[in-house]
Amino acid sequence: MTDLSPLDGDAVEAAVADALAAITLASTLDELKEARLAHTGDKAPLTAANKQIGGLDPADKATAGKTMGKARAQVNQAIAGRQAILEAERDERVLVEETVDVTLPVNRHLQGARHPLETMQERMCDTFVAMGWEVAEGPEMEAEWFNFDALNFDPDHPAREMQDTFFIQPPTSGLLLRTHTSPVQVRAALERRDALENEGRGIYVVCPGKTFRTDELDATHTPVFHQIEGLAVDKGLTMAHLKGTLDAFARSLFGPDAVTRLRPSFFPFTEPSAEMDLRCFVCNGEDSGCRTCSGTGWIEWGGCGMTHPNVLRAAGINPDKYTAFAFGMGIERTLMFRHGVKDMRDMVEGDVHFSQQFGMEL
Amino acid sequence: MPKIPLQWLAESVDLVDGHTAVDVAAALAKVGLEEEGIEGGGVSGPLVLGRVMSLVKETASNGKTVNYCRVDVGEHNDPAGPGHKPDNKEDYPSSKGIVCGAHNFHEGDWVVCILPGGVLPGNFQIGGRKTYGHWSDGMICSAKELALGEDHDGIIVLASPSGESEVTYPGLVSEDQLVAGASAISLLGLDEETLEINVTPDRGYSFSVRGVAREYSHSTGQVFRDPAAIEVTGARTADALAEGVFEVAIEDDAPIRGTVGCDRFAARVLRGFNPAAESPSWMKRRLDQAGMRPISLAVDVTNYVMLELGHPLHAYDLDKVVEPIVVRRAVKGEVLKTLDDVDRILSTEDLMVTDSAGGRGARPIGMGGVMGGAETEVSASTVDVLLEAAHWDPITIARTSRRHRLGSEASRRYERGVDTQLAPVAIERALTLMQEFGGGEIDDYWLDIDNTVAPSSIAMDVAYPSLIVGVEYTPDEVVAALELVGCSVDRDAESLLVTPPTWRPDLQEPVNLVEEVARLEGYDDLPSVLPVAPPGRGLTHSQRVRRSIARTLAESGLTEVLTYPFMSETRLDELGVPDVDARRDVVRLANPLSAEQPFMRTTMLATLVDAVKVNLGRGEQDVAVYELGRAYQAKNIGVLPTVDNTDGGIQPHEVEALNEALPGQPRRVAGIMAGNRVRAGWNGHATAWDWTDALAAVDRVVAAAGGSVVVTQGSRMPWHPGRGATYWLESGEFVAHAGELHPKVCERFGLPACTVAFEIVLDDLIASTEGAIQAAEPVSQQVLAKEDFAFVVASDVAAGDLVRVIRNAGGSVVQDARVFDVYTGEQVGEGKKSLAVNVVMRAPDHTLSADEVLAVREAIIGAAEAEFGAVLR
Repeated sequence: MTDLSPLDGDAVEAAVADALAAITLASTLDELKEARLAHTGDKAPLTAANKQIGGLDPADKATAGKTMGKARAQVNQAIAGRQAILEAERDERVLVEETVDVTLPVNRHLQGARHPLETMQERMCDTFVAMGWEVAEGPEMEAEWFNFDALNFDPDHPAREMQDTFFIQPPTSGLLLRTHTSPVQVRAALERRDALENEGRGIYVVCPGKTFRTDELDATHTPVFHQIEGLAVDKGLTMAHLKGTLDAFARSLFGPDAVTRLRPSFFPFTEPSAEMDLRCFVCNGEDSGCRTCSGTGWIEWGGCGMTHPNVLRAAGINPDKYTAFAFGMGIERTLMFRHGVKDMRDMVEGDVHFSQQFGMEL
Repeated sequence: MPKIPLQWLAESVDLVDGHTAVDVAAALAKVGLEEEGIEGGGVSGPLVLGRVMSLVKETASNGKTVNYCRVDVGEHNDPAGPGHKPDNKEDYPSSKGIVCGAHNFHEGDWVVCILPGGVLPGNFQIGGRKTYGHWSDGMICSAKELALGEDHDGIIVLASPSGESEVTYPGLVSEDQLVAGASAISLLGLDEETLEINVTPDRGYSFSVRGVAREYSHSTGQVFRDPAAIEVTGARTADALAEGVFEVAIEDDAPIRGTVGCDRFAARVLRGFNPAAESPSWMKRRLDQAGMRPISLAVDVTNYVMLELGHPLHAYDLDKVVEPIVVRRAVKGEVLKTLDDVDRILSTEDLMVTDSAGGRGARPIGMGGVMGGAETEVSASTVDVLLEAAHWDPITIARTSRRHRLGSEASRRYERGVDTQLAPVAIERALTLMQEFGGGEIDDYWLDIDNTVAPSSIAMDVAYPSLIVGVEYTPDEVVAALELVGCSVDRDAESLLVTPPTWRPDLQEPVNLVEEVARLEGYDDLPSVLPVAPPGRGLTHSQRVRRSIARTLAESGLTEVLTYPFMSETRLDELGVPDVDARRDVVRLANPLSAEQPFMRTTMLATLVDAVKVNLGRGEQDVAVYELGRAYQAKNIGVLPTVDNTDGGIQPHEVEALNEALPGQPRRVAGIMAGNRVRAGWNGHATAWDWTDALAAVDRVVAAAGGSVVVTQGSRMPWHPGRGATYWLESGEFVAHAGELHPKVCERFGLPACTVAFEIVLDDLIASTEGAIQAAEPVSQQVLAKEDFAFVVASDVAAGDLVRVIRNAGGSVVQDARVFDVYTGEQVGEGKKSLAVNVVMRAPDHTLSADEVLAVREAIIGAAEAEFGAVLR
């Protein structure tokens, strides 16, 4: 084949048409590269024709230059256009090819969890903290004075019997494992009595924590358990305020319709004393076959009452000037009926699956 | 806890129309008596009286003889004729056919039949069925089947006109009540329900029908009729030496807490009593319903009166008691065989009833108020009964009962308080009943030593209940409520002078009276008012930090568990804790639940390891657990300082002294990790928990607390001596130890090899950051410069020490220095290792020049060489 002449307008046009056809036909980037080399490479007719321009008569140079410039621009533009299309197609294909199965298990790290008795206590505390109360804590191994005497337990009260309380050896030590978190109430009141007296700052505390009684472990008893108690000391507090506090607490855990009721009872450290029941949040008292409340419509939740004047006196607070109320409930029991835990043993054996079903929050 | 038969209750208070045990329980709960259970009822449908018209004995193929009976059950009879298949005999009279296996009855006897459609206790449904070749329409019932008791074998025979059969409950059903087909349910008391209630420790009087009836009346407004309102006959004398009375002396020479153990002793004699007389069946039934076993008339009556009035009684065989009776404290080592046949070795605090066999007051015949002695009790030959009604001090009784682990019906009542004025009434009631059913003559003269003190009056402002309860009570309401519970009230304008009744020793202060007003007016109407607390401080630093710690550990793959803090004698040995170690300073429980675990843990690992074992035992292979809690140290357990509680409560110095004397119980967090931290999967291999994870856990906890610690190589059991790190506060306190557990320990507990653990003492760590306010450093916008070094050092040089030297030598421009490779091998030679360290540098105000970086680099190299002889590779 003879060389293409830059002055042969028809031939140049035909060469351009050849090139454009090849470019259009290129279906892959490789084919396009071939086409590009074939039609714009060193050995391509158009390239060769272009080289001839330098050797032409000056009179022809301008014409040839114009013809070739236009031709080559046409081809290069087509290549660039085709290149963009093919690259876009390739990119799209690659993304499709890179698709993974997102349903495969991805986290191979061991999953941790909090214990629900702990998160339950935190949740309860948060309710009270939001109302301006403080969270007080105290020793688990406690002086008998704080656990009993200060709480108006007569030295011969049956609750001091060996079968309820873990005493520390030797028996004369005066030490025990606290049987309730009530000693913290007394400690908290002692720490705050100056602010009460001097600044008129009412005492509002909750005391969560571990408690101990000599019950054998079974489905509903455990020798080590947890309580949360509350104490409010202020001027003019009444049982109505106790009821209001319990209702607010119940609503925070069981929803806006939660209702409590009080029944007369007896505790050495409160007078009047009451048992506190929660309206069954499952059946609302409408299902005689309800498993949560045994069909009674009410769930026993805790004890409460107006703090006995002797308890206030023990904490150095004048009961003629201030009144106080207190309440307490079991965390295990709350967890059991709120979450349908059937067996106490699940909470204490340390099986990780018990905690793991609850995750990080309750 | 007391069981109250409703029919008995109804004798002292009219039950509201239609009230069943459930309703009575609800009414009592409103005033403070909680339900424990309901018994009885349970029989329904046709349970009727029947007359046995004919009885044919047939021996069945199994060799058993049964009776095919035709029984007249009145309106329930089948019409005369052939009867059901397969019996089909043309001439049966109007009757029902019943097959019965018992043989203690004869033709003509009156029996009790349950017919098809009936239900027996235990929800046992009765229907007609074919048996022993006959159609049997129900059953002829035994006492046991009707839950009436187990005293009688065979079926119930109510009457036997022929005299051939023994009548089961003589006198229970009168002749005119014997009507065939009449319902037997109420006739036999089977419609009677019994309510068991829980009595709180302050309400001794609720241990009686009398007390519960009063409470029911308070709740419902029904009229209360006091069963103790009976006239006492005869001539009372307080003179123990008076003629015609049995001499008694109270000689308590060691009162407990200043109270004489017995402040009343009444005694009266019934002579010529028939010891063979039976208790009436209604009494037996009520005792049975109340949970007491009928024994003999004399004993049954004392129990019956105790259940009814709440006053325990004791009946002696007069012939066996030697005058005088002396009430005194026991002599150490004295022995009494109590009614339950146990030899009780007595303490000097036990208050005894003694008689004078072998000398004045020489022979113990009863533990006063707790249990009588076997020697002088009434028996099948007792004709003269000496009945005692005494009033005992609750504390003496409580201590004796506890000391001997002997809770009796009597001690339960005395501990909680018995009406001081009831003794003569109880004796009157009991002797009258004994006489009615067993004959004899009651002595006219009777002794009543009475040193009881009348209840003190309580002054109360009439507005006080409203102030405490938050409900506006009118003065009339307050007075009415107090009078209803038995108080007498003197009112002078706004002030009340209230004298409690003798059965309410718990009413001692104004607040006690407030409770009476509140519960009688009802708790249901309490308004609900949320008090406004002063603005609070939120959680404390320690509380917030502990939440962060718990969360960071859970997020790094550990699961929180809560273990019991009790451990065995050998647990510390198993952990390899040396003999001289703070962890050997154990607190021991005086009364552990299990003799195997008498100690409180001194390290969290002692009990946490059990949680790991539980999970491994259930097939789990990868177990990582942690626990936030306390471990305990005995320090110097001695006698606690006493607290003077008389003036203004406990004083600050007393609190301090008490706290100082408490055992150490710092908060801790510990973790154990076994198996894999990252499980094998489609996208990678498993990674096991290793010692670095235990150390990293400590780093996380320290970071959560915002604290800083110093780490040193450390050897401490139960950890591997070469793979453990000890952490210290900069002030020098021990904070933690972490690393791989000792191989022996893993082996001993069956843990996977290379199980790792950490234990951190939190109190000092958390306290070290309390109140600290972190000052912010400005963020530099300069570009970081990075330099790598590879130092060859002796193999015992700690990487941490090298890094510390590098940081110091580099000065303030060093932002971070981190070991990224450790190499040992031929290239560095024996006894040497290469530590590759990446150092990041930046100045706050300019980009470091090449010369500046070079200067830092040379300073680092120089310092490493000077300190460790380190050679740059």
